[in-house]
Amino acid sequence: MSMDKSMNVLIVDDYKTMLRIIRNLLKQIDFNNVEEAMDGGEALSKLRTGNYGLVISDWNMQPMTGLELLTEVRKDTRLKTLPFIMITAESKIENVVAAKQAGVSNYIVKPFNAETLKGKIEKVLCNA
Amino acid sequence: MHDVQNLADRLVDLKARYPQGQPDLVTDVVLAVLGSMTGDITHRETALLHEIGALGDAVATARREIAALKVDDITVSYIPCATDELDAIVSHTAAATESILEACETLDTLGATLEGEAARKLQDATSTIYESCSFQDITGQRITKVVSTLKTIETTIARIVATFGKASIVAMKSAPIPEGDGLLNGPQLAHSAMDQSDIDKLLASFD
Repeated sequence: MSMDKSMNVLIVDDYKTMLRIIRNLLKQIDFNNVEEAMDGGEALSKLRTGNYGLVISDWNMQPMTGLELLTEVRKDTRLKTLPFIMITAESKIENVVAAKQAGVSNYIVKPFNAETLKGKIEKVLCNA
Repeated sequence: MHDVQNLADRLVDLKARYPQGQPDLVTDVVLAVLGSMTGDITHRETALLHEIGALGDAVATARREIAALKVDDITVSYIPCATDELDAIVSHTAAATESILEACETLDTLGATLEGEAARKLQDATSTIYESCSFQDITGQRITKVVSTLKTIETTIARIVATFGKASIVAMKSAPIPEGDGLLNGPQLAHSAMDQSDIDKLLASFD
């Protein structure tokens, strides 16, 4: 199944360098419509007013964490089926379980490579 | 015998009243007990006295050792300096990472003008650089955890000093747990971390 790479992608991380890295990696796989948010609250606001096909979010952010953002997204009738990938250094079993229970589409542990990012995106978008 | 029982009762009563233990209070009690001992002293009472004396000595030694630590150096100088140094590491590596990313983006722009094998090789190289630059995020999170631990140690030392140095009757409490919920554990060390394949298996188990 082919992916619509012209879709808007929202990347969320409180660390600007990480946003820059993910944006560049997405650009290399032809996702050029990428927007950024620095925390869960800003991301939620953008998601509710914009039109996005994918969210890639960090977990450890303040004041709203990635998990809280995911929970809010899944509660929103318009956003509840939006593909949501968590990219995080949180690699404990309880973290993965909590994210899955909250409705995460896929989970990438940092540090990650471009191939993993590409593979997870393909899997998530093809299943959407 | 009556004196020994009396002393034991007093110690039990004291322990019940001050379960956290107060060094200065122990010293006072030892002196009071020694002063109250009258009449013939049995072998058992002598042993008990010896133990109480040793306890008093231990408390006094602990106080001297804590004083010798120059705790002000730890809380005013060593720990703040260590956290400043760690902050500087984060700042400098962040600046270096930004420079690397900028150079890499230039290479990507150049790569867009190329075709074929050269373009593919250049993109593979820049991908690897981008991936590697994520070390900065992980390092930053690890250093934040170390700084948090140092601050916890600083708080704990301050409490010990308050207890041993000021005859405080305020009970020692555990140092506060750093802010964050129970799921914010940050990067794990290699021996306790799950890698991507472990996570993939775990996620698949839900399907």
